[in-house]
Amino acid sequence: MSTDEQELVRFVYDEARLVDEKRFDEWYELFTDDAYYWMPLTRGQPDGENHTSLFYEDKLLLQVRIERLKNPHSFSQHQPSFCQHVLQAPRLESAAGGCWVMRTPFTYVESQRDSQILLAGVSWLHLVRSGERLRIRLKKVELVNCDAALPSIQLFP
Amino acid sequence: MSGYRHDPAAIRALVRPDAVHRDVYRSQELFDLEMERLWRDTWIYVGHDSQVPNPGDYYSTEIARQPVILLRDDQNEVRVLMNRCAHKGARLVSATHGHCENKLLRCPYHGWTYRLDGSIRTIPMKAGYEGTGLADTQNGRGIASPPAVVNYRGFVFARLNPQGPGFEEYFGGSLTSIDNLVDRSPEGRLEVAGGVLRYMHDSNWKMFIENLNDTMHPMVAHESAAGTAKKLWAGKPEGTPKPMAIEQFLPFVNGYSFFDQMGVHIYENGHSYTGVNFSIHSNYAAVGEYETLMEQAYGAQRARAILGEVRHNTVYYPSLTIKGAIQAIRVVRPLAPDRTLIESWTFRLAGAPAQLLRRTVLYSRLINAPTSVVGHDDQHCYRAIQEGLAAEGNDWVSLHRNYSAGEGAQLAGNYNGTSEISMRAQFRAWQRFMTGEPAR
Repeated sequence: MSTDEQELVRFVYDEARLVDEKRFDEWYELFTDDAYYWMPLTRGQPDGENHTSLFYEDKLLLQVRIERLKNPHSFSQHQPSFCQHVLQAPRLESAAGGCWVMRTPFTYVESQRDSQILLAGVSWLHLVRSGERLRIRLKKVELVNCDAALPSIQLFP
Repeated sequence: MSGYRHDPAAIRALVRPDAVHRDVYRSQELFDLEMERLWRDTWIYVGHDSQVPNPGDYYSTEIARQPVILLRDDQNEVRVLMNRCAHKGARLVSATHGHCENKLLRCPYHGWTYRLDGSIRTIPMKAGYEGTGLADTQNGRGIASPPAVVNYRGFVFARLNPQGPGFEEYFGGSLTSIDNLVDRSPEGRLEVAGGVLRYMHDSNWKMFIENLNDTMHPMVAHESAAGTAKKLWAGKPEGTPKPMAIEQFLPFVNGYSFFDQMGVHIYENGHSYTGVNFSIHSNYAAVGEYETLMEQAYGAQRARAILGEVRHNTVYYPSLTIKGAIQAIRVVRPLAPDRTLIESWTFRLAGAPAQLLRRTVLYSRLINAPTSVVGHDDQHCYRAIQEGLAAEGNDWVSLHRNYSAGEGAQLAGNYNGTSEISMRAQFRAWQRFMTGEPAR
């Protein structure tokens, strides 16, 4: 099956939209079983295991986050957070071995009542085809200020 | 309320044996006095000597709102200098980590250069100072340094006040927690590794410090995080290998009796640790060859004693907390009454399997990151206290749990783990240092 760039680009926009609309269960289904959602703590960080990251979530940890958000005792979300990604046009960076790598610069706003944080960076989606659907094997989010003192980030940049 | 600066009796009245006045978390004046008194007169953590492994390496940070440089001089000694040019006061280094070229610190403004001991090496056009008397001033003597600095097994502390308690006198038996952390390396040596998580809290620094030995909150505040992990794990097919993340999350929702029996040990001057008998780290799976390596290094009996000590959090009041059992520390940087930076650092145990670094890196990410669900819970509660204490009608924060009227000034010893005695001990030290009384 051929995968054209238009389909990949649409996937990137749709993925961010699911997060922004807080459709986390559908978002979760986009990830392959061996996927990681990774936000490194330093620039050029080689891996998520021997160095701390902001996120390095396998599917289980991603599920913990999503299910926690539904828990009535998630006190930090009694005043709920909302978020909005603003994406620059995604570009196909490489395509090899059945994996398409999309690069997307973004800004991200997360708000909680009167407070709002603004993050920016580059998001990398490693996409593979699984049956009819594209899925995410890796979402790597490189923040511009990954090494800054950050406040709570409660949703998914 | 204001007017504390010249009124020690008013400060003393903020702390009762079993309660503390809300002003201690909210008053700008008290915060300023904390920085001038408690944080100047006591031993504050600066950094770890492995952050500056080679002569000329430096690390810059702040203690008590003052810029300092941790550096290794050409004699291989670790020093702390004020990050301030002797001339017009410019901060000398601005990078967090770096290396001094040609073993010199050079001011970016007028190019004064300093040797690594802080003494002046050169001043451009020095003739312009002839006969001016500069040499007889502080400006002519080079970079100032904190009057007291101690490198304790790699952990570098400074006291900013020339007067004050000695290092051993101040920390006393609490240093056994640092000993245990360092001894967990088969080579007796730690290296900072795995990066630093920097989490900005919009709450008073004392809420964080108090929370570290508060064992009545995990099962409530962290139910949504650890409880969810527990539930998801329970649904996995039997025989699924237990991920390290699950192993680390689950004890947070242990019951009250677990945390009560864990025990808390109190030292003088506000220091304490939970996990006298066991802790949330006791049941982690064995890691590869680690125990064998420890036995080879220390002998079987001593290795068992080191690894059998699994303290939960040790508070080195007021600036540092450590978790020996997973080689992680958190450093407290108060910025304002309602603003505190918490930095989480992790260590590689020299000579130990790499898996142990992966374990502590995971723990810090799960529990202490700005993106951590456990961190969100804690931060939410600190913020809730900060905002709740704006309410009139009750000026007092209760620290009554397991208080008895007979509780004297000497609190050192073991207690049940859910007692609020660690907080009472912290505030007794706070009261003494804030009113100019000496350390015990």
